[in-house]
Parts: sequence; C-alpha cells; structure tokens
Amino acid sequence: MTVEWSWISDHTGDLTALSLSHLQAALTAVLLGLVISLPLAVVAHRVRPLRGLLLGLSNVLFTIPSIAVFVLLLPVSGLTRTTTVIGLTIYTLVVLLRNTVEGLDSVPARTKEAAKAMGTRPLRTLLTVELPLALPVIMAGVRIATVMAISLVSVATYIGDGGLGQLFTDGFQRNFPTPVIVGVVLTLLLALVADALLVTLQYVLTPWTRRQKQGA
Amino acid sequence: MQPGKGLLMIQFDTVHKRFPNGTTAVHDLTLEMPEGGVTVLVGSSGCGKTTTLRMINRMVDPTSGTIRVNGRDVLEQDAAELRRSIGYVIQQSGLFPHRTVLDNIATVPLLLGWGRRKARARASELLETVGLSADAGKRYPHQLSGGQQQRVGVARALAADPPVLLMDEPFGAVDPVVRTQLQDELLRLQRELNKTIVFVTHDIDEAVRLGDRIAVFRTGGHLVQCDGPAELLARPADAFVADFLGAERGLKLLSLTTLAEVPQGPAPEGTRWELTLDAARKPLAWRDTETDAETPVRALRDTDSLLSALNESIAAPSGLVARVDADGHLTGVTSREDIHDRAGHVHAGHLHAGQADAGPTDAGTADTGTADAGHPHGEESTVTA
Repeated sequence: MTVEWSWISDHTGDLTALSLSHLQAALTAVLLGLVISLPLAVVAHRVRPLRGLLLGLSNVLFTIPSIAVFVLLLPVSGLTRTTTVIGLTIYTLVVLLRNTVEGLDSVPARTKEAAKAMGTRPLRTLLTVELPLALPVIMAGVRIATVMAISLVSVATYIGDGGLGQLFTDGFQRNFPTPVIVGVVLTLLLALVADALLVTLQYVLTPWTRRQKQGA
Repeated sequence: MQPGKGLLMIQFDTVHKRFPNGTTAVHDLTLEMPEGGVTVLVGSSGCGKTTTLRMINRMVDPTSGTIRVNGRDVLEQDAAELRRSIGYVIQQSGLFPHRTVLDNIATVPLLLGWGRRKARARASELLETVGLSADAGKRYPHQLSGGQQQRVGVARALAADPPVLLMDEPFGAVDPVVRTQLQDELLRLQRELNKTIVFVTHDIDEAVRLGDRIAVFRTGGHLVQCDGPAELLARPADAFVADFLGAERGLKLLSLTTLAEVPQGPAPEGTRWELTLDAARKPLAWRDTETDAETPVRALRDTDSLLSALNESIAAPSGLVARVDADGHLTGVTSREDIHDRAGHVHAGHLHAGQADAGPTDAGTADTGTADAGHPHGEESTVTA
C-alpha cells in the first residue's frame, strides 16, 4: 500500500471540510450527551432506587449495534446529520452517565455536610460544591466519550453522513488505499487533539488538583 | 429575655430524638447553655452528644421537645438561615478542597450576600485571628497541615461573627501536641470573643481544660450530670460519671487550681541543693554542692496549676519548686510539703462544698460557690505554632 501524496494535495479543501464535519458531529453528540446525562446523573445519585434503572438502561442502549441504531432512527429523522448526532449521543450517554454518577458519589460526605451546616441550600451545594468536586471524574468520562464519538462518526457513512468515514467507502470502492489511510490518520489526529484540549480544559478548571502538598 | 449575665443562649426543653431505625439518640434532655460560656458535651460514642449538638443548628430535628437559640424556637426558623447564624466546626475540618483557604473562610459571608470583596477582606482578617499567615490564604486546604486546617475551620466558623459556635470533636484528628496548642488558642480566642460555645468531645481531659460547664452523657442519650469542671471532678453524681472521669480525677482537680495561694519562702542557702540564677535572677538549675552536678529547673508562675507544681516538686531533687514572676525572675521557693498541704486542702474544700450543697446534681444551672472554681487555664507559653 502506497500513499499517493498528490491525491492529498489535490484534495486539501475536501479533507478539511470532512474533518470539520466529522468533529462537529462528534462534539455535538458529546455536548448533547452531557446535557442529558447531567440531570439524569443527579437523579440517579440522589434517588437510590432509580440509580440501577438509569445505569442499566444506558448499558442496554450501549449494547445495540451502531448500524442498527442508525437504521432504527431512519423512519424518525431520515438520512440527515440529526440521525448521526442522535445515534452518537446514545453511545456517549453510558460513559457520561456512569462517570457523572461516580463523580458525584466521590464527593466526601463530610464536605457536603459542611456545606449544609454553613447554610448552603441544596441546589447551590450541587452547583458550587458537588459538581466542581466531581469534575475530574466527569472529565474522564467526557474524554472517553469524545474519543469514542470521533471514532464512531465513520459508521454514519451508511446513512450518507460519516465525515471522514466517506474516505473509507471511497477508497474501498475504487480499490485505492490513499483515502483510507488519510481517513484513519486524520481520525486519529482529531481524537488526539480533542483529548489534549480536554486535558488542558480540565487543568484550567481544577486548579486545586494541581499542586501537591507542600511543606506547611 | 432579660439582658445581661445569666442570659440563656441555648435551651433544651425535654428534647427527645429517636431515629427512624428505632434507636433513641437523645432521651428527654433538658439543658441550658448560658451566654458566653463553653459547655462541653462529653461521653463515649453513641451517647447522643453529637446528635444534641446537631439539633441546635437543625442538622438533625428533634422528635419532640423544644430547642431555643437566643429565645427563638429553632424549628420556627428557616434551617439554612439558622445555620448561617451559627458557627460550626467539625472534625478533620470539613474544608472545601476546591476552594482556597481565603474562599473557604469567606463561605458564610458570601452566602449572606456580603459581596466578594468584603467577604475576602473579612477572611484575611480572620486568618490573622487564628494565627495563620496571609500567605496561607492563597493555598488549598490539602496544602496545609492538619492543625492549620483546623485553624481554618475555626476561622470559617467565625467569619460572620455568629454569637454561637458549635464544635464537633474539632481537635480529634490532630496529634496531642497540636491539639494542646489548638486548645490554648481556642481559650485565648474565647477570652477575646466571648462566644457561646458548645463543644463535643469524648476526651475528658479536653472537657476539663475547655469547659466552663461539662455535661456528661451516658449511652442511650441520657444526661447524667452537668456541672462546672471542679464540681464534676470533686463530686461525680454516680459511679458512671466517676468511672468516666477516671482514676486520676483528683489530679485533674488540681489542674484547675493555681499555685497563687501557696506560700513561698526564700531560696535555700548553705544546704546541699542550691538554686543557680543568671544575672537577671532567672533560675537556671539546682546545683548539688557535694558533686557540683546540675539538674535543670522548671520554674513556675502563679498562674501555673497545682498539678504542675506537684509534678515539679517530685521531679526536683531538692523537693523545692522555684517560683517566678510573670517576667521569669525568681520570687521564692515552695516546699513539697506546702504543695501537698494545699492539694489536700483543695480536695477537702471541694468535698466540703459538696456536703453543703446536698441537692442532686441535675441538668440545672445551679452553680455551687466552690472556692477554687476559678479556671486557671495557665501554661500558655507554647501558643504559637
């Protein structure tokens, strides 16, 4: 397998557009996943009986094969970007929900107790104490979900979307390896860059985890 | 409520707490905590002392009975607002790990809507009050030692200047040396701030050291006795309290009495043991005139306790205790016999006071006029960390 470098230079515009489309699908799905899983995680964390139900449900959704999800969604949203994003969102949910619940569980009872005893009301405690302290665990979930979504976008090629995934079908159909290799490399690069940005974001958002204990 | 002395800041009126699992944590408790005093709730684990404390700021609501803070029934107040008006310090400090020390201290002022600038200014002021450097304000809690964290916990509780301070085993997780320092600091702060403090501990020595009044609880949430430390040590209400106070309760009683009234005489001359002094007449050592060997001397001030004096009189080879004034200059010496006499006298005095006041010691406010109830709280030479 050899790479035809001229093909790459001839298609830089297309490659850029596909990369951006790919990234947009993945990031929209992760954001949607966060918006949905945050309130669900709070409910699962606070109402013990619902916890197993919600986590179990997200597990079941995760086990549905991705192509089946897109096919099932076709009658609802057709051959559109919406179908891609809904499908991807379903997959991000299991990771985001589980990590957010675990993040909330990891907040020390003593700290929540202190917030209450200082006269902080429950919603404010959630927003200013519990969620910030759960952030490292939540961010771990966001990183996994993002990388996962970026790799999954290609599957949506079957419904005419799929971002960089289109390069794979193009290469296979013409028995021409260059687009396939370029597609794999670009997907990898997107995942790496996105993950690096998320690590940076977490560093900025959690200053208290940075410095280790110094001499008092 | 009438103003002035004797105002009751916190009142428990036949308060009962039974948890959903059926255990009774507090059993028909009637107890009053006077304004500006330190009331220590003491007892072994599961005796209801912490539940009692937590009912004051509605972290736990009573099953029946009434709790009043400053005359107002706590159940008639908004729980969050009530909690902001009461300082709260817990074990291992319970600081917010994601907030800087300064922002931790500013918690309640911010909740009260002071605004960030004013809240931070107040927080820096408190850093100094609890003996921490301004530099510590920018750190995160995990960057501080256990003792420093506990100081931040106290500062946070004091931030909005609440009249009442609840302290739930605040010094339980620090080593004994730091604990003594923190206890000294608390006593110093209390002399300045005059808060109404409710302090929970399972350590009777801590209770005796800090409490103006000590409430002893027994398993099942029963209050057994509530008295000043001297009365409690001299006249435990029953075998349970006596047992809880421990075999050395007579010595603990001596720790509450100062050396001030014990007579002293001039330092001995021409005897085997001579006291060597420096140029400023500060005691240095006991010198054995036969061998020229020197033993270090630990000179005592009038504010030191009779217990320290007893200890020093045993440790000193001469059997004499060197006495100094506030500046450390020698004022005289006191013999082992004089200290023993005084110790016996103190003990008898308390017992005698007990016979005069024959009534049962209940949760009431009766203060027996015991001669040496004065709380020395001495030995504060090691205050700074």
